[in-house]
Amino acid sequence: MAKSVGTVVIEVDACKGCELCIPVCPPGVLSMSPSVNAIGFRYPILRDGCTGCELCAEICPDYCFEVFRAAPSRASAEVTA
Amino acid sequence: MATTGEASGPAAEMRKVFTRSPLLGSDTHSLCPGCGEPNAIRVLMETIEEMGERGNTVCVLGIGCYTAFGALMQIDCQQAMHGRAPAQATGVKRVLPDRLVFTLQGDGDMVTEGLQEIVHAAARGERFTAICLNNAAFGETGGHMTATTVLGQRTKSTLGGRDAGRHGHPIKLPEMLAGLDGVAYVARGTVHTPVGVKKTKKLFRAALETQRLGLGFSLVEVVTMCPTGWFVSAAEGPRFQEEKLLPVFPVGELKRPRDLRV
Repeated sequence: MAKSVGTVVIEVDACKGCELCIPVCPPGVLSMSPSVNAIGFRYPILRDGCTGCELCAEICPDYCFEVFRAAPSRASAEVTA
Repeated sequence: MATTGEASGPAAEMRKVFTRSPLLGSDTHSLCPGCGEPNAIRVLMETIEEMGERGNTVCVLGIGCYTAFGALMQIDCQQAMHGRAPAQATGVKRVLPDRLVFTLQGDGDMVTEGLQEIVHAAARGERFTAICLNNAAFGETGGHMTATTVLGQRTKSTLGGRDAGRHGHPIKLPEMLAGLDGVAYVARGTVHTPVGVKKTKKLFRAALETQRLGLGFSLVEVVTMCPTGWFVSAAEGPRFQEEKLLPVFPVGELKRPRDLRV
């Protein structure tokens, strides 16, 4: 299972099911839901492996995505240094 | 209803790196699935916010699908008659020269209905920014042909495809205006890929800085997806744009003032 260094919060009921986010996701961790939202559209669901790259948020015409990324921890910074 | 990758929401060590601009309000909009216009408007609002011009900006709206954003954008907006936004923006900018003034128009509004207004405003070197969301169709009024519809493109009024002999050739407005002396900055962007959206934001910044420096007229045309008007699925929009529209409307800066640093 791929480690997630980022994640997204998806405003599911704002989604109109255009699917533009699916092909632009570099790790390919977004896929369309089998069920529909309150306005009758399928919506993206996230699997593990998100990098927090923001590309889904850049292309989404309905502003459905909030993107989160892990802050580099002190321990890993010390290892790098 | 909202979902995340983890059932409990983002972990505590995660920091938020992307959220909706406050200048876009919190309501949903009524534009079609896969429309490109909301992407262009989002980066435009982000640019205005980053420039610190939130309370100092006036938008003059044309008539088109994007007109619905007058209710979302948290800036001063005026509604112009079809095609006449450049004339109205001229008045606003001359009366309030310290405001950041831009028109938000489509290809149907700017290039088909109001070509005279935009050409004269450009030639006069009016110091506002004109923004054209070009989807090569009249989206709002049903998807018929505009002056920028590309050859071979099917619309509601060119069901066999636009034919040069019958309907003429598409007008490339940025190329046309770049040759005028009053024009300081001209560029064309696209929003069919995330990279295109990011680059379009830089073009908006350059155009608005051109205005802020008082260097002359500035125009950014953004090629936007209109899957409804193109008779393709929402997911097919970016590919259609790449194959049919972008060869006719190449992306990039066409004219740039020497003094511009952004």
